[in-house]
Order: sequence, then C-alpha cells, then structure tokens
Amino acid sequence: MMRDITLGQYYPVQSPVHKLDPRTKLFGTLVLIIALFVADNVFCYLAAAVFLFGVIGASKVPVGHIVKGLKPVLFLLLFSAAFNLFLTPGEELAHFWVFTITKEGLFRAGMMAVRLTFLVMGTSLLTFTTTPNQLTDGLERSLRFLNVLHVPVHEIAMIMSIALRFIPILVEETDKIMKAQMARGADFETGGLIKKAKAMIPLLVPLFISAFRRASDLALAMEARCYHGGEGRTKMKPLKYRTADRLAYLLLLIFPTGVVLLRVFL
Amino acid sequence: MGIIKAKNLIYHYIKWDEEEKAEEISEAVRDVSLDIETGEFVAVLGHNGSGKSTLAKHMNALLLPSEGTIWIGGMDTKEDETLLEVRRTAGMVFQNPDNQIIASVVEEDVGFGPENVGVPTDEIWRRVDECLKAVGMTAYRHSSPDRLSGGQKQRVAIAGVMAMEPECIVLDEPTAMLDPNGRREVIRTVRDLNKEKGITVILITHYMEEVIHADRLYVMDGGQIAMEGTPEEIFSRVDELKTLRLDVPQVTELAYGLRKKGVPLSPCILDTEALVKELVEIKRQRTVQ
Amino acid sequence: MITLNQVEYKYNEGTPMETEALHEVSLEIKDGEFIGLIGHTGSGKSTLIQHLNGLMKATGGDILYNGESIYREGFSMKELRSKVGLVFQYPEHQLFEVDVFTDVCFGPKNQGRSKEEIETRAKEALSLVGIGESYYKKSPFELSGGEKRRVAIAGVLAMEPEVLILDEPTAGLDPKGRDEILGQLGRLHRERGITVILVSHSMEDVAKYVDRIMVMNHGRLVFNDTPRAVFAHYKELEEMGLAAPQVTYIAHALKAAGFPMKTDVITVAEAEEAILRTLDMEQER
Repeated sequence: MMRDITLGQYYPVQSPVHKLDPRTKLFGTLVLIIALFVADNVFCYLAAAVFLFGVIGASKVPVGHIVKGLKPVLFLLLFSAAFNLFLTPGEELAHFWVFTITKEGLFRAGMMAVRLTFLVMGTSLLTFTTTPNQLTDGLERSLRFLNVLHVPVHEIAMIMSIALRFIPILVEETDKIMKAQMARGADFETGGLIKKAKAMIPLLVPLFISAFRRASDLALAMEARCYHGGEGRTKMKPLKYRTADRLAYLLLLIFPTGVVLLRVFL
Repeated sequence: MGIIKAKNLIYHYIKWDEEEKAEEISEAVRDVSLDIETGEFVAVLGHNGSGKSTLAKHMNALLLPSEGTIWIGGMDTKEDETLLEVRRTAGMVFQNPDNQIIASVVEEDVGFGPENVGVPTDEIWRRVDECLKAVGMTAYRHSSPDRLSGGQKQRVAIAGVMAMEPECIVLDEPTAMLDPNGRREVIRTVRDLNKEKGITVILITHYMEEVIHADRLYVMDGGQIAMEGTPEEIFSRVDELKTLRLDVPQVTELAYGLRKKGVPLSPCILDTEALVKELVEIKRQRTVQ
Repeated sequence: MITLNQVEYKYNEGTPMETEALHEVSLEIKDGEFIGLIGHTGSGKSTLIQHLNGLMKATGGDILYNGESIYREGFSMKELRSKVGLVFQYPEHQLFEVDVFTDVCFGPKNQGRSKEEIETRAKEALSLVGIGESYYKKSPFELSGGEKRRVAIAGVLAMEPEVLILDEPTAGLDPKGRDEILGQLGRLHRERGITVILVSHSMEDVAKYVDRIMVMNHGRLVFNDTPRAVFAHYKELEEMGLAAPQVTYIAHALKAAGFPMKTDVITVAEAEEAILRTLDMEQER
C-alpha cells in the first residue's frame, strides 16, 4: 500500500555512481535540471535521455524501481500535460465540446511530460545512489559559503538527513494507525471532502504525537552521543574527489554544452 | 570512588500550568545514593514509573539532579566543562531501537558518536570495525537499519556507544520492545562486553530472567532504592518482590513454593541445573532413609 | 464461529518480489474459546489476525464467519469489524481523542448507535477493563502504559464484539501490569463468554490462560492443540525460535536426572504438585 512509495529511499548496491562524491552528484543533478529547462527541441531531449539513462545504467538501480518513484507525482504530471494539451493555441487537430487539441499543444504536452519525468527520475536517482548522510555532507560542503550570511548550513543539512531517515518509519506507522482505526470502524474512503477531512483526525493525531515523541527521543539519543552541532566534528567519510569524479565533471561540462549547441543550431 | 557514584540524589519533575507557575511537583528520584565499581554488571529493577529511567538519565547528564550529586568517573555531572567527557564515559542505550539510530547505513551510525567528539577519520574506521565485530553485526555494516530486526538494531545502538570507548554503558530498558529472541541476543551481547572488554554495565529492566547473572541488583520503588544485593539475595525475597509489582523466574518461584511446603532446598535457586541437582540429592537421601 | 479454509496470502502477487506470508492455513475458532496464537516475529501471525476481521484480503482460500464467506459479494466488512474486534499492539496507534471517555465512544459512534447507547457501552467497556470514572476526563496521553493499553481494549470492547483479538497486549508492561491485563481478559472470557484470541510471545502467559494454542511458523499453522499437547513438542518449538514454559524444561531435566515425575507440566503450580508427589512417595516407602 503506502510502502510502495520509493521516492527518496537509498538503494543499496555497489556501483560507480554510488561511489561518486556527493558534491559531484549534486552538481550533476543541478546540471540536469538546468539542461531540461534550457531544452526546447527533440534533440535536446534525446541528449538528456542519453545522459540520464546512461547514468541510470551505470548506477545499477533497476529502471522499474525508479519508475515506481514517479507514482506520487503522476497526478501533477498528468495535470500539467493536460493543461498544455488543451490550452495551447495553434493548428487545430481535434475538437470536442470545449476542448481543442492543437499540434503545438500535443508537442508541448509531450515535452512537459518528458521534462517532468526526467526531472523526477534524475533527482530521485540522486537519493537512490547517495545515503542521506553523504547527501548532507555534500550539501554542507557545497553550501558552506552561506555560513558567511549566518545561514545554519550544518543544522539544515542534519535536519534533512534525519527527515529522510524517518520517512519510511512514519509511512509504516501511518499504515498501522489506519488499520487500528479501521478496526474501530473508521472509514477513510467514502463521503464528501469535508467528511473525508474529518475522518483524517483519528489518523493524524496519533501520527503527530508519535512523530513528536520520536523527535524528542532522537534528540535525547543524539545528545547522549555527544552531538553538539557541527563545531569540532570530524568525518568518518570525509569528502574527497577521485579520478572518477574528475571524469564525471568533464562529462557534466560536455552534456550541457551539447544541449545548448543543439538548442542554438537546430 | 567508583565509576558511578550518587549521593542523596533527588529529582523533581515539575509540571507547569498555563501561567508558567509550577502546578505540580513530583519527586521521581528521592534520595538515592549508590556506588558502582569499574567492571561491575549492575542491574536496576523496578516497575513502570518506579523512577529507574529517571535515575538512568542522570548517569549520562541528560538530566541534572535537583538536589544531591552524581559523579561519573569522578566528574560532577553539573560541571559544564566536563559535560561531553561525562557523556563519553557513560554511554547510553535507549528503549526504542528506531528512535536512536541516526544514520541510514549501519556503519555510519556507529561512526556518529566518534565524529561528534572529533576522533580522526582513520581511528573512526578502526573503532567502527572493532565495535561492529564485538556485537556481531559486521555482515550488516552496509545495510539500512530499517531492514534489521529489533534485536539487531539494539546491537547496532550498542556498537554506536562502544565506538566512543566509554568506561561504562547504561542501558535503559533495551529489551522492552523486543521479542524473546531479540531479548536474548541483546543480553548476550551486553554480557560478553562486560566479561571480555571489562566494560561496566548498568542494565535497567523489569525482566527478571535478564538479571540473574548480574553482580549486583538495585530494586527501585517510588523513586527510592527499595532493595539492594546479589541476585541470590534479592530473588530469595519472592513475596517482597511481588509487592513491588515484580516477578521471579519460574524456576525460582517453583523452588520458593517447594521450600514453603517443607522441601529442604537452598534459599535461592536461580537456574534449572541447581534445582535439579538439589532435588535429586533430596530424593536420594529420602530413599536411603 | 470463524472458519479458515486453505487461506493463502502473498505479498506482491504476480511480481518477482512475491513472498508468501500465509500458506494453506485452515483452522476453526469456536464461540467462547480462549486461544493463544504464537509465533516469532515474521511468522505470519500478525498477517493472520488481520485476515480475521477483513483488514487484509486473502489471495487464496476462503474465510467463513458463522458459515458465511466474508468474501461473498455484498458481505459487510464494516459489520465484520464490529463483530471481530482487533486491538493492535501499540495503544498509541489508536488513542486520539481529547479524553478517555470520548475516545472509547469512537467505535460505537462509527457503528451509528444512539447517543445514550454509545455512552452506556463506553461506560460498560471501561468498567470491564477496570478504568474508573475518575479517569473519564483525563487525556489518554497522560496515562501510564498499562492504563493506555486498557483504554485501547475498552475502545474495541465498546463495539460489543463477539470475538476479541489482542496483538501482544502485555508487551512492555511490568510483571504486575501484565498479570492485571491477562487477569481481566480471563474474567471477560469467563463472565461474558466472549471469544478471545491472544497473540503472544510468552508461553508462560499463554499456558496459564488459554484452552488451545495455535503455533505459526513461516506462514504455516504448525501446531493447533491444547497447551499441554503443544508444549510436549518443546524441541520442535525451539527450532522455530520459540520455547515451552521454563517449568516444562525443569520437568524434563528432572526426569532425565533420574527424578521420576510426569513431564507434561505447564504451570508452576502443576510442577510443584508433581515434585511433591514424587518426594512423598519416596518418603512413604
């Protein structure tokens, strides 16, 4: 049921992508996002597809597993595709009732769908191949310059990594609470919007209380293990660029340049 | 002075009302004094709400005494400068295995403590290797904690504490949420650490089977130490334990019942072998007569 | 009466990740029985109990409630859930209302009862688990572990189920708290004739109270008999990561050491009696 949500969960296999420095992967994700927004023709997308599927192949994460991660954003995907499909003016292809499908609309809907799909796949690939702790380290190092502006970079990174660790636990807990309330006759499915919203109270109250309890337990456990912020901390896995990272950076320069060239010349 | 020493320790829980005035003050720990020697295996027993967890949290400076003093390795927990040193000296394992594992990979979690106290990278790796081996979890070092059983998670938590090279470990009901197999796993691990590495262990629990091998027991009730002694001494007082909402292992209860009926058994029997040996001997004597 | 015919449950059926959680489980639960359901973590016992009130749907086989298939079209799952009450392990997963009394009212309210009836039932259920009126207006989150557990049980009892299933109701409680809950369940069973299914890890607890034990292992029902008969298989139980009560082992150890006594003892009182009998016989000789 709710356990099917794979978004953001580390996929533990050994692969060249897993071994890359998180900063390289963060930069790569950023490059992909920018490239996808720059892209405006089929060849650009083709280049992005080659890049993305190449990386997925190297990561040894099954494509099916990544596709499963699209489920939660499916609605958004369809909505924005439909929005583009029906509301783009241009050469008319088909018409029924108030809807008009145009050639341009069809093209843009397709592009939008591909863009969003690639975006989600690319970003989830980052979290599939990077443990939350590595991700935190990577973010912390990459954003360290913000410390000058008194942004608590370490703290924010720590919060993110803990949130990721607890998502699966809370998802499982939601499932258990739902079942416990259904056993008492609660009905989460039928009724109008207001009734459904009201039906959520018996689910949300225990969930929030449990989340707070976990948070306070965790704070205590961290304190007991001498956690006192980022100051004076050493790293078990300090970030170090290797040859593979240098090669990856090279690729990350070639790929967007290619996309820009394709956009300009085609 | 022992590794942990408390003198007239008192802790008030204060409940605040809406105007921030203290509305209810309850004494969770009332005048507790104790002294635990290096290398000892000490168990603190007590029913839910007896104050044993509150006492445990003082040993790691997670709570500070309202009155009285507690010293960990000679350091007063109220001193700010030695706070981290106190926490490093007395590591703590909690009840809920899910709520104390911070990292998403086993080995990274074990490394979390040493990272916090600024241990150099190579040394962290050495400690992580050693501690995972000590709790028998090396095979799972790259796993996600979510894939482990409750007992395995608690062993990871123990490794995480061990990696800080503490002199003693305080375990606050580490087995309360585990099934019998997980419980055995954890207790076996703790006993091995105590025997082989000489780590001082303070085990807080209400499962009586877990404490029969302890060197010394404290039984708490109403925030005070109600009984103190070796397992043999404590378990021979079956009726008293029952009034404190506790129990004894079936073998002890059986021996106690038989003794009451006039069978000349020793005052406290903690395991099956001892009971069998004595009963066979009694029967032999009676046959001879 | 609940009857299970060859019930199967597979996770992710039809995918490469298919795993079997229940394998051809057939059993019968008669009205008024007190049953212990035992198995280690992951043995399928939690999956099994969720089938009994329709929270999970079998991927094969059939479940009959009073002779009627619960998978028949038009069968009301809502009604099944009020007849077969299920109390999950952690009371924290169900307590949510502002006070104890309102929380216990949640179940009967969902059944669409009248206001008076809801209140009568809630009061009765709370008194059955020994929660007095002084607790009615307390927040359920302020209660002790044992009290929460009892309020959670009352929350299900207020729906007046015919069958009450409890998933490890004593986990985490101190020995006295455990005895109190089990004692109350025993009384409920005797006085109300309610069918009780107790899921537990503790053989010692189960031995004292239940008429019949069902043992699950790897999704299969491996034993289904009286406690005495099941504990006679103590060696097989051990292979499954379970164990008979300690007294059963003591009896076997005594016999092996040449102390003649019966070995099918399952409680401390029985063991005491058997040992005394042997010693008396020796004395009389």
